Amino acid sequence: MNSSPLTALAGYFALLSLFAVGGANAAIPEMHRVAVDVMHWMSDRQFADMFAIAQVSPGPNIIIVTLIGYHVAGFAGAAVATTAMCGPTCLMAFVVARTWDRFKDAPWRIAIQAGLVPLSLGLIAASAFVLARTADHNVYAGLITAATAAVAYFTRVNPLWMFVVAGVLGLSGWL
Amino acid sequence: MPQPAAPPAIRPSLAELFRAFVTMSVSGFGGVLPWARRTIVEHKRWMTTEEFNETFALSQFLPGPNVVNFSVVFGSRFGGAPGAAVALAGLMGPPLVIVIVLAILYARFGDIEALSRILAGITAAAVGLLIAVVAKMAAPMFLERWNSAPVFAIMAFTGVAIMNWPLPYVFLGLAPFSVALAWFKR
Repeated sequence: MNSSPLTALAGYFALLSLFAVGGANAAIPEMHRVAVDVMHWMSDRQFADMFAIAQVSPGPNIIIVTLIGYHVAGFAGAAVATTAMCGPTCLMAFVVARTWDRFKDAPWRIAIQAGLVPLSLGLIAASAFVLARTADHNVYAGLITAATAAVAYFTRVNPLWMFVVAGVLGLSGWL
Repeated sequence: MPQPAAPPAIRPSLAELFRAFVTMSVSGFGGVLPWARRTIVEHKRWMTTEEFNETFALSQFLPGPNVVNFSVVFGSRFGGAPGAAVALAGLMGPPLVIVIVLAILYARFGDIEALSRILAGITAAAVGLLIAVVAKMAAPMFLERWNSAPVFAIMAFTGVAIMNWPLPYVFLGLAPFSVALAWFKR
């Protein structure tokens, strides 16, 4: 029973989710370690390909756990891995959110909230910086980043158009 | 029974909530946060800039994927348990289907080269979009005078981006001081 791949997926991702402060990108190295080195679910190359597929697909980046689950145990594996990764933390978020809203006007809540916002903004800026360092490996990629940032900040143009242009430029080998 | 948070001026129905989260999810190449802010703050005006920042900060502080937490916190605030379920389903449902179809196509045809070239372009644009969103979210904080918040934002940024320290340590190390200063500033 304990050796069933579904049980292993459920246990592992439920545990990982509880330590995943900082979101999907912070948890990727640990997923790689377990999926490739510990459990031997897949090769290094297969993990890299799954990461690429998860990135190119829209939606939360955590969707890579769906692919890992699917690779290990088909549709059941996909469902189990995704539920284990999101279920416990969603329940926790729900409970905290209800409590949080109940104490809407409490001074301690206002102080915690005001204290967390600048940290949150600093961390989002840090992830943008780290992503830019890997994504902008040449001048053209850097120009696309700068142009998209400017268009998104100063205009109301739908950024999907920038994505289309950038994807076509990438496909044609400019980046 | 104390009442939950006062409803905002415009209160979305469950169907609207679901549609909004589907829209931001399927637009969210390279990250959903910019689209969440665009939809919720700029288009639907369900939250102000400050409310959005606060709700996202709470979601980030909780363990688990940030945007997934955000969908639950946002959904529960506007529609209780059904609202949370609907927002989560809208966020996770479509990408689940899309990513498995992509995996099957990849197993069949497997041109990861073309995919990674397209990805290189989209990632460069997605980073630009994220930079614009951080700038929009942080602008009010930097405009306020005699305010310690930017110092903490810059320290958090430096710890993670420049010093490469583990994110949970940076967060937990700075949070007590940041919250304490906010408490005395009240």
